[in-house]
Amino acid sequence: MFVLDPATGLDALVRALVDDGYRVVGPLVRDGVIVYDDVRSGDDLPKGVTVEQSAGRWRLTIDDRPTRFSWTPGADSWKRFVFPAHQEVLRVRHVDGSFATTRPPSPDRPLALLGARDCETRALGVLDRVLIDPDHPDPRYAERRADTFVVAVTCGQPSATCWCTSMGGGPRPREGFDILLTEVTTGVHRLIAEPGSERGSALLARVGIAPATDEDHADVEAVADAATSSMPARLPGADIPTLLAGMHHPHWDEVAARCLSCANCTMVCPTCFCSTLSDTAALGADHAAGAETVRVQEWASCFQLDHSNLAGHPVRATTMSRYRQWLTHKLQTWPEQFGTLGCVGCGRCTTWCPAGIDLVEEAAVLIGAGAQGGTP
Amino acid sequence: MGTLADLRSIPVDPLEPIPYRVVELVQETVDVITVVAAPVGQALPPAQPGQFMLVWAFGVGEIPISVSRMAADGRVMLTVRAVGQVSGAIVGLQVGEVVGLRGPFGTVWPVAEVLGADVVVVAGGLGLAPLRMAIDALVQPDPRRITVVVGSREPAQRLYPGDLTGWAEQGASVHETVDTADREWHGGVGTATTMVERLHHPHQAAFVCGPELMMMSAVRALAQQGVPTDRTWVSLERNMHCGIGHCGRCQLGALLLCRDGAVVRWDHVEELMEVRGR
Repeated sequence: MFVLDPATGLDALVRALVDDGYRVVGPLVRDGVIVYDDVRSGDDLPKGVTVEQSAGRWRLTIDDRPTRFSWTPGADSWKRFVFPAHQEVLRVRHVDGSFATTRPPSPDRPLALLGARDCETRALGVLDRVLIDPDHPDPRYAERRADTFVVAVTCGQPSATCWCTSMGGGPRPREGFDILLTEVTTGVHRLIAEPGSERGSALLARVGIAPATDEDHADVEAVADAATSSMPARLPGADIPTLLAGMHHPHWDEVAARCLSCANCTMVCPTCFCSTLSDTAALGADHAAGAETVRVQEWASCFQLDHSNLAGHPVRATTMSRYRQWLTHKLQTWPEQFGTLGCVGCGRCTTWCPAGIDLVEEAAVLIGAGAQGGTP
Repeated sequence: MGTLADLRSIPVDPLEPIPYRVVELVQETVDVITVVAAPVGQALPPAQPGQFMLVWAFGVGEIPISVSRMAADGRVMLTVRAVGQVSGAIVGLQVGEVVGLRGPFGTVWPVAEVLGADVVVVAGGLGLAPLRMAIDALVQPDPRRITVVVGSREPAQRLYPGDLTGWAEQGASVHETVDTADREWHGGVGTATTMVERLHHPHQAAFVCGPELMMMSAVRALAQQGVPTDRTWVSLERNMHCGIGHCGRCQLGALLLCRDGAVVRWDHVEELMEVRGR
C-alpha cells in the first residue's frame, strides 16, 4: 500500500492513466449533481462535496473542506460506459443480391473508471455475468470490459438510501479493482492506495509518495468500520429469494397504486440490462442496391408497456404486473438466471423514484418479517 | 481480470444476421406460407425440433419464427402467418430475395427421452409448425405409439395436410378437429382439448403447442387422462427479441424463454401460468 496526497497524488494518478493511453472517466460536479465523464487532471474531481439522499431526494452541498470522496454517487453509473444507452451494433448494406454487414470501429482507448464504489464494482461483476455468458458473450461489452482499469474508492460517508451491507457488500470493495483508494481525514488528510492487480501495483509504484504504515492500515479499517456501522443490514441478502412473497401478495397492488411506471429505477440501476434492438433504414432504403440499415441497441425497461409485447399486446398490461416483474427479477429470479442477486444495494432506484418508493421498505413488507435492523 | 482480457475479440456476433436466399415459397393456407431459405454463404448450425430462429426482413425488422423443418444443404423451412409488419414483409417475399437469419435458439422437444413411451402430440393452429420435426422424429422409429391431435379454426386453415396423411399412413394415430366445419369436412368438430378428452388410449408423455389458453386446457385434459405433468412439455412464447438471454424481454418468472424455452416441462411453469400478467 502507498500513501497519496489528496491533491497532487490524485492528479498524478489521473495523469499517469492518461499517459498510459486510458480514457479516464471520473466524477464531476455538473448541473448540481455528480456525473461521470471524462477527466483530464485531478483538479477536475469534486472537492468538499457531500450528498444527502433519501427516497425521492438527492441534494449536493459544497463546502471548503479538501475532501475528494465525501460524496455518494448520483443517478449516473458506470454502466453507460461499458454498456452504452444507445449504441450502433452493425450496418447492413445490400451487396450483389445479398447483404454484407460491417461493425462499428472498436473504442480507440481502454476505459479507466476512477471512483467506483463497492456497489459499483459489484454491479460491473453482475453485468459481466449477464452479458459475457459462456454461450453468447456480447462482443461489444466484452471488448470494453476487457481492458477496463478500475480505481475503486472506499465509501466513507454512505447515504441514507445505501443498503450494500444487506446485499453482501460493504463500504470497502474486496475485488474487481486495480487500485483501491481510501480517504482518511483523521490526522493528516491523505489517500491510502492499495493495488488489486499487477498493473495497479505497477501504476502505484509510479505515483505513490510513501509506503503505507501500520497506522495507515488501521485508519483504512477504521474508515470502513465506521461506514459499515452507519448502515446496518436492512434485508437478509442471499436469503431474500426464498423469503419474498408470492405473485398473489396484496402488497403488489399497494405499491402499484404509488408507482408511476416511469422506468426511472431501471434507468438509474447499475445492473438493469434490458435492451431493445431496432433497425433504422436509411431514408429511401428499399431493396435497391446500396440501401443501408443501421442496427441500434438501446436501454429498455420492464416498466415500458411494450416491453412484454406478444403479438402486439403487452403480457404485463398493469403497473402492478410490471412493478412485480421488476422487483421479483431483481431479488428473486436473477440468481436462478445468472447465479447472483440483481441488486447491489446502491440505493439509486429509491433516491431517483419520483414517488419516493423505497425498495427496502417494499421488500421488507413482501418478505413479511419487516426490515432487519433500524431504518437509518 | 485475465478472463475478461481473453474476451477482447469475439469473432461471432450473436446479433448479426446471416444472409439466406428464399428458394421456394409454399402457400400453406390463405395467410400462411412456408419460406424455404438456403444459405447464401456460410450456413447456421441445423435447428433441432422445437428451436426457433430470428428472421430479419431488410429494413423492416426481425421476429422469432420456429423452424418447421430442415432440408438438405442447410435449407431452413419457416412457416409464417402475416399478422404484423415484419411477418407481413416475410410473407410478401419473392423467390430469390434475401432474408437474414440468426440462431437456432432455444430448447428442444425431448424426443429421445420419450421414445418407447406412448406419446400424444397436441397442436393448435400454427402450433403444429414447431412440432413438425418432433413428430417426424417420433413417428419414424415407432409410429404405432404416437397419437397426433391437431385443432384448426376451419378446414381451410389446416396446416401441412400432406404430413398429417403421411404420419397416419406410417401408422400413427392422427385426429383432426376444426372449430367450424363445412359441408366437406368429415373430421372432428370442437377444440383440440375436446378431442384429447375423447382419447381413450392411456399416454405416458405429451408434447403440446398452440395458443396459450388452448395449451392450458389441453394440458389439464391430458393430466386428467393420467399423463404426468413432468412428462408433459409445452412450447411457450414471449417477446423473444435477442435470442440469447441478454435483452430481458422474454422473461417468465426465472425463465428467459429464448434461452430456457420455448420448450419447457409443464411442471416447471404450471404455477406461473395460473398468474395473470406474470
